[in-house]
Amino acid sequence: MTGTLLTLNGLTKAYPGVVANNNVSFEIGEGEVHALLGENGAGKSTLVKMIYGLVKPDSGQMTMRGQDYAPVKPSAARQAGVAMVFQHFSLFDALNVAENIALGMENPPKMGDLASRIKEVSETYGLPLDPYRTVGDLSAGERQRVEIIRCLLQDPKLLIMDEPTSVLTPQEVDILFETLRKLSAEGTAILYISHKLEEIRALCDNATILRLGEVVGDCVPRDTTARDMAEMMVGSKLHVPERAGGDIGPVLLELNDLTVASPAEFGTALKGISMQVRSGEILGIGGVAGNGQDELLGALSGELPTSPGTIVLEGQEVGNLGPVARRKLGLLTAPEERLGHAAAPDMSLIENAVLTGSVREGLENKGFLKWGKARSFAETIIEKFDVRTPGPGNAARSLSGGNLQKFVIGREVLQRPDVLVVNQPTWGVDAAAAADIRQSLLDLAAAGAAVICISQDLDELMEISDHFAALNEGRLSDIRPAKGLTVDEIGLMMGGAHGMEVAHV
Amino acid sequence: MIKLEKRPQPSQAWTYLTPLLAVVLTMVVGGALFAWLGKDPLVAIKTIFWEPLFSEFAFYYRPQLLVKGAPLVLIAIGLSLGFRAGIWNIGAEGQYIMGAIVGAGVGLAFYPMEAFYIFPLMVIAGAFGGWIWAMIPAFLKVRFGTNEILVSLMLVYVAEQLLASMSLGLLRNPEGMGFPGSRNLRDYASAHNAELITGTGMHWGVVAALIAVIFAYVLLNRHMLGFHIRLTGEAPRAAKFAGVNPSRLILICLGTSGALAGVAGLFEVSGPAGQVSIDFNVGYGFTAIIVAFLGRLHPVGILLAGALMALTYIGGEIAQSKLGLPAAAIQLFQGMLLFFLLTVDVLTNFRIRLAKREVA
Repeated sequence: MTGTLLTLNGLTKAYPGVVANNNVSFEIGEGEVHALLGENGAGKSTLVKMIYGLVKPDSGQMTMRGQDYAPVKPSAARQAGVAMVFQHFSLFDALNVAENIALGMENPPKMGDLASRIKEVSETYGLPLDPYRTVGDLSAGERQRVEIIRCLLQDPKLLIMDEPTSVLTPQEVDILFETLRKLSAEGTAILYISHKLEEIRALCDNATILRLGEVVGDCVPRDTTARDMAEMMVGSKLHVPERAGGDIGPVLLELNDLTVASPAEFGTALKGISMQVRSGEILGIGGVAGNGQDELLGALSGELPTSPGTIVLEGQEVGNLGPVARRKLGLLTAPEERLGHAAAPDMSLIENAVLTGSVREGLENKGFLKWGKARSFAETIIEKFDVRTPGPGNAARSLSGGNLQKFVIGREVLQRPDVLVVNQPTWGVDAAAAADIRQSLLDLAAAGAAVICISQDLDELMEISDHFAALNEGRLSDIRPAKGLTVDEIGLMMGGAHGMEVAHV
Repeated sequence: MIKLEKRPQPSQAWTYLTPLLAVVLTMVVGGALFAWLGKDPLVAIKTIFWEPLFSEFAFYYRPQLLVKGAPLVLIAIGLSLGFRAGIWNIGAEGQYIMGAIVGAGVGLAFYPMEAFYIFPLMVIAGAFGGWIWAMIPAFLKVRFGTNEILVSLMLVYVAEQLLASMSLGLLRNPEGMGFPGSRNLRDYASAHNAELITGTGMHWGVVAALIAVIFAYVLLNRHMLGFHIRLTGEAPRAAKFAGVNPSRLILICLGTSGALAGVAGLFEVSGPAGQVSIDFNVGYGFTAIIVAFLGRLHPVGILLAGALMALTYIGGEIAQSKLGLPAAAIQLFQGMLLFFLLTVDVLTNFRIRLAKREVA
């Protein structure tokens, strides 16, 4: 660990409406294992994409071993010795390991030579892998090995790993860490992106912490407690909710041992989720993305029907009912994906108002649509929720993310739900719109509805929730009052720590 | 450098302009093709588009427009419902044949009895024949996830074999001196789909086509089912979120298009064609796919596109006999129409920008 390998100086990247990275500077030494720590949306991905040549910074410079470093495309970055293992693999299932690796190379050697190179590298770094196996038969951990070996064949000076342990079993994590330590000892620097604090403490030499696109601190993970790092990551002032947990009424929605397989190939199945939500209450559900959030929303909206008794709405079993029947009974939902799921991109706002509003707003009569009424419903949403658009006849995709999100949330809130479930209600939404949306959820609960807010934004959840729980690998943690929860406890509920695994069997 | 830039929303103007532009481009390139074949392109184009309507023999060709256009419109309306929802019935030709066989079969079963209810029964049987043929790909898709494009297309060839078998066997005219083909329904008053007004070409199929246009228009614009069909085509996940049952929609869309194709086949076999014969089908089921897209999957558009397509059919036949153009050239000409439509379609959602070369 001598000398500096890569220096970032004042990197800034803004997207319309959001500054992904603001004046980010830090250094990575030769052979150092450097952690990049931050919540979802903190700007880690954008930063890494700039280093790997996928995104061009608006301003700021990078230097590699003292030379200017400004890759215009990933192949330029690879040329300079930067390699990256993505969170989502890009492999062809039908081809074998060697063929997959050859595909990613600019001048692939003969297949036999390549296979022996793969064998050699895989054995040197303790990643046993048969170059002739078909990728489709490999486990997720083995697929990751293919990606890592693909990188190692380039002899990288810097290896970027984006959330590498999200797909691994604990045993696989141990093996991966052995490999990374060996690489580091041989002088390869590693930029390790994660929000799993214990892993970072076990592996990394230094950590840079990002929050809302800015560097908020750095530390030596071995000498810092997970709690301190978590506080830096989520910000020390987690809001104590301002609403007193006052007029909470009867149970409106009850889940009993809800178990649902995921429709997606790599989705997360829900495992034995039980909970109750009461009138006037907001239940915040936190957790890292991909731990069953989409599936939970689908199970509640009726897109993933289950057995009747697992979901009980005001005493009525609704688990086997479809979305329309559930809406009729007062259970409304707003999915995370605005375009294509919550709204049809090329359809007008009027048509999108009909999408979920037809039953409760009386927009149809014996199957025939009342366009006049639909238009005035859309106009009401636009007016009450301050949606900026020239008119309700405009296509959903012409709206900005924040405005469309206000429309989607407004569409459900104005239908006076008994229970409203929202997933990531303020994802990618500017601060003002986010505040409006949160306020509308608070008002809805104050008026007697039960609200479930699934989100990865802890600040948001602490601001509005009465109770808090976390999803981890499809399981729901214990539900606890949000008031008085410490950052430490929230971090533990979100998973990672092994003690909790026992707690929610 | 030419760059395509996505429009914030689909351009209304281009939605209407692209079919016209496609027709013009087809005329230009088709004209070049005809010139290459040694024919005067202007004369060829005029023969195809002008002669059927305004020449001295127009009194003969104009009724033919309705006769050719009606089955095209009827089939295309049915197809457009599925196409809107992303359900691709490519086998309307087979459903058309089955409608004709089953409908004519029912009529012939009554021969020589005369009764007012025979023709209505044949219409129902025709619809049923097409419907059941379309339900095969529909059921297989819902139950086993098979590809409806392949299954429906392959069933066309099965239907063609069945047609041959029927005209040589079961439905063959016992008084036909051994010639293949059924009795001629034109000689059987109760089963004859006669001209409603003599000399106009107006028969029940034309009436059915107009009703289908109105029905489809109301369905798509005013009814929840039509809304769900459009929603499924535009955003399948949003449709599921709205509560659409995809399997039900597949059954409805394929069933409707099959039934309409079957009815078209029945009107054809009991009227203009007259009998079940080996060469009964002439590709209406495939041409209707072009008609559906040329009409922008919109009922009124399909009506206009059907008329245009009928025109090229008749004009093409005139060009064949008068100018000696090969039949393949006419088919190519019709194919070009779809090709150019799909090409210029990009302008509805994108605009062309002449951009400066980007600095790397």
